[in-house]
Amino acid sequence: MGSIDLAHVFAAFWNGAFGSSFAFFSITLVRATPLLFLGLAVSLSFRAGLLNIGADGQFLMGAAAATSVALAGSSSPRMMVLLGMLLAGIVAGCAWAGIAAELRRRFGVLEVISTLMLNFVALYIVAWLVRGPLQEPSRTYPQTESFAPPARWPLLFPGQRLHLGFPLALALAGLLWWILTSTAIGFRVRSVGANLRAAASAGRIDVERTFFGVFLASGALAGLAGAAEVGGLTWALYEGISPGYGYTAIAVALLARLDMRRVVVTAVFFGALQAGAAAMQRDADVPSVVVTVLIALVVLGVLAGTRVRELATARSRSVHAETL
Amino acid sequence: MMTSAIGAFLAASVRTASPLAYAALGELVTERSGVINIGLEGVIITGAFGAVAFAGAGGVAAGFAGAAASGVIIAVVFAFFVVTLRADQIITGTAISMLGLGLTGTLYAMAYGKGGAALHTPTMSPVAIPILSDIPLIGPAFFVQPPVTYALYLLVPVVAWWIYRSNAGLALRAVGENPEAASGAGISPSRVRWKAILFGGMMGGISGGVLVLAQVGTFAEGMSDGRGYIAVAIVVLGRWRPFGVAWGALLFGAASALKFLAQAMGWALPYQLSLAFPYVLALIALATLRGRAVSPEALGQRVAHVR
Amino acid sequence: MVVRGGTDRTVSERAIPSPLSLSLRDITKRFGGTVALDGALLTVRGRTLHALLGENGAGKTTLMRIAFGMLRADAGVVIVDGTERRFRSSADAIGAGIGMVHQHFLLVGAMTVAENVALGVVSSATGGSRFDPRAAAARVRQTGEETGLLLDPSARVAELPVGAQQRVELLKALTREARLLVLDEPTAVLAPAEASELYRWLRAFVGRGGTVVLVTHKLREALQVADDVTVLRRGRTVLSGRCSDFTEASVIRALLGESAPTARDRVAGRAPLTGEAVLRLDGVSVVDQAGVTRLRDATLEVRAGEIVGVAGVEGSGQHELLRVLAGRLAATSGRVMRPDVVGLVPEDRLRDALIPEFSLVENAALVGAGSARGRMPWRALTRRVAQFLESFEIRATGPQALASELSGGNQQKFVIARELFSAGKALVVDNPTRGLDIRATERVLRDITNAARTAGAAVVFHSSDLDEVLGLADRVYVCFAGHVSEVRKEPTTIARAMVGAA
Repeated sequence: MGSIDLAHVFAAFWNGAFGSSFAFFSITLVRATPLLFLGLAVSLSFRAGLLNIGADGQFLMGAAAATSVALAGSSSPRMMVLLGMLLAGIVAGCAWAGIAAELRRRFGVLEVISTLMLNFVALYIVAWLVRGPLQEPSRTYPQTESFAPPARWPLLFPGQRLHLGFPLALALAGLLWWILTSTAIGFRVRSVGANLRAAASAGRIDVERTFFGVFLASGALAGLAGAAEVGGLTWALYEGISPGYGYTAIAVALLARLDMRRVVVTAVFFGALQAGAAAMQRDADVPSVVVTVLIALVVLGVLAGTRVRELATARSRSVHAETL
Repeated sequence: MMTSAIGAFLAASVRTASPLAYAALGELVTERSGVINIGLEGVIITGAFGAVAFAGAGGVAAGFAGAAASGVIIAVVFAFFVVTLRADQIITGTAISMLGLGLTGTLYAMAYGKGGAALHTPTMSPVAIPILSDIPLIGPAFFVQPPVTYALYLLVPVVAWWIYRSNAGLALRAVGENPEAASGAGISPSRVRWKAILFGGMMGGISGGVLVLAQVGTFAEGMSDGRGYIAVAIVVLGRWRPFGVAWGALLFGAASALKFLAQAMGWALPYQLSLAFPYVLALIALATLRGRAVSPEALGQRVAHVR
Repeated sequence: MVVRGGTDRTVSERAIPSPLSLSLRDITKRFGGTVALDGALLTVRGRTLHALLGENGAGKTTLMRIAFGMLRADAGVVIVDGTERRFRSSADAIGAGIGMVHQHFLLVGAMTVAENVALGVVSSATGGSRFDPRAAAARVRQTGEETGLLLDPSARVAELPVGAQQRVELLKALTREARLLVLDEPTAVLAPAEASELYRWLRAFVGRGGTVVLVTHKLREALQVADDVTVLRRGRTVLSGRCSDFTEASVIRALLGESAPTARDRVAGRAPLTGEAVLRLDGVSVVDQAGVTRLRDATLEVRAGEIVGVAGVEGSGQHELLRVLAGRLAATSGRVMRPDVVGLVPEDRLRDALIPEFSLVENAALVGAGSARGRMPWRALTRRVAQFLESFEIRATGPQALASELSGGNQQKFVIARELFSAGKALVVDNPTRGLDIRATERVLRDITNAARTAGAAVVFHSSDLDEVLGLADRVYVCFAGHVSEVRKEPTTIARAMVGAA
């Protein structure tokens, strides 16, 4: 292993993400699409104080469900298949999150643990599906057949791979922002996340129902992300279709400080990171797994920065609790 | 034929349970101090890499030492964020897992070449304990294991004794239940938590070492395979008690080994789905195990102004 | 099981050698921009019971925390037994012979009495690192006999009544050889009879050679039992000396700094004796999740324009009673009659009534958020909050100010304004003046009275301050062990009912 030419590495990285219109639209933004959906999902649940780290599993189940619809409806009119895939993604993600939500509600199982476990179960279900019921006809590779044209989502620009999923995610970001700031439901979600006891006592908000709803909505968004990924980009289901998007989404949400509009920006940022990392591996021989390290460092950096700031203001302001 | 299949199943159960138990035992102590570390996954994989790095130079013993040390080092990062900065434990843990997986994957690819020649480390062979290993069925399963597993058998009662019968253990439990009360008694919750987290780091590192040095004999990116998360679930299942955790680990080992038994017995079970079985079992167990909440009161809380 | 007769004296009680004296001079302490202590002075003679008085926020607790090593003073000296000491932590103070019983107990509920007492005690007797449950239990019994604090070592602290928990705290301090005990608001959670019991024990402790610093705002009680007194006001010592040198009136004046309101000047008026009941409970019981019956067969009614006071020791069921009346808690059995919306001003406003990081407008929106639909009427809410600020004289930078930016008194006024607006017919108030200074307290009590007399609401309020209850209420109910009964509005009767001796 010789020495690393940093300039070369950075150049490869930058070009991979922004160097050309193809790089930007077909790689960065395309990579950003699932992160945007998932970032919204994670932000929503964290806003409510719910630690749903099962976005990855919900993504996979959404992808699997949408794939089934795509494969089954290959001879149906495009509109129907599209809608079917959307619906399948939403329902599957919703249901998968619903398992954890119900476990939490009825048995008090910590959602942190249950969603983590479900991530793995989803992983193996997909692994089984692509080697079993959904496997491509020649039975050689662990993946499904490529989708027929009706099941492929419309592309936005000719020659680019950017698909319907991206504007859909943008629209959802705007919708969620509006819901949180202007509607009663959104207010309930924010209140529960900010101060559970006050929300329950002063607001007489049904906290458990709010949690349940947020859990399902978060799952639906994640499932939709999966449907968009198979329908818009990969046009097939295979193992490893999610390189840990669900966990990256946590970084996306955190960096955006859980704000729905800022998530758009941070999702693009992380999409660029991944695009750059892939180029870095291809052109500069640096293993792309290093982007995982980068993401982890970003999260830790945000945490450190936030905490240091909070601790500093607390110290300077601090009114002694007892004297109140 | 059937007994040998069952015997093999039991042995596989214990073998699979061993790294889980190490990690879970460490996490148990950490959680008893009020901290939940889902970065355990990162700790284990870092320990595995440390094992590889040091065993190449100094053999199995050095490998385990390196594994333990590596686990402690990454645990230091976690402790700094969670105890000193009082950052959110779940988010920090997620980042630590990613950090561990990413760093080890990167270092491994850079040092040993991606997809290059498979790396081989010296391994620790099973050693049969005389007399005990002759007990039918249980003997070969429990008493023909690598020495590191025997160390585990001893560690469980030692940890149990330490938690319930030592002043330090009393302090640990107090910090996990009511840090302010502990502070009022002259105990420093921060210091106790640091130590508990580092202990968990050491045990998690050793767990990774067991994977490499007593089982697989090599390193692969992401080989921790979710064991860190399962260990966290095992702590819940074991009701935060050392012996409960040991049994929980064994249960998981059995669930994982079930697929071998199924193959041997000729049961028709899709391989991939059988891989999911331990996780499903965890969910079912968590849901059905009733009883009052026995998690440490202060688990996961951020302690306000206790030094 | 708790052994009854908790503080009986026995023959084997031990005398304390060399009584401890404590002196704090010129203590200054700042928290950010707030000056908590400004050259405060405290001189405690050995073998005395010293009352440290002051209103909430005067700095009493801060001063004693400095004495106990939990805080470091910005300036000043701490002198224990004639030697200047610099405590780096409470462990140092404990080593010097000082023990502190805090207002909010520092006990680990899940552990036993013996374990709580043994916590943090590194004694050579138990061999350093080992923890022996039997030896610890024996020590509890032995120390219990020496000091008159009898407790069952194997009882889980969480299951003990409050008075017993306090004894555990005392035992902890004495096990560490404390010769000077600081008690911070010890009778806040005790019934009058238990408080007397505690005072008797404290005097016996002093008799054996101990020193006691009693930190409290309950003036009358303290003056009756103490030898010396020091009064703090706004972080300064305004009075100190022997109790016999002062009259109660002079102490009160020092405490309040101005002529104290002798009679609470409130809007006069009596409640109508006839009229429809707005709130009614009929045989209501509440059983909590753990299966414990918190409220038994409660029957109560409140009419429009009436102020009903509820008295009771902590844990007697009054919080459950109030929450059932306000519709925040479902009754397990019995009938509840109340209007759809009942305003609730809870005891802990920062936890239960306000969201600190939200603006006042958003906090105003909390009311009814549970059943709201559609879009949030932000403009109307902003106008409403502006109105609150004006009519209730709340000091804030505007409707968009964050709730956390307001002072305690203003937060309380805001909560009352909000609840009154949403619930014209009935208002439930729980310990509204906790942590407020004199002026804010007066304002709040006046607002409550107005709510009933002028606005005609049915008001139920609970206060741990009996004087407040007596001064404000038309009728009084007392909670004891989950039972609710109406009693005559008379101090002794109420005090007796609070311990079930009616």
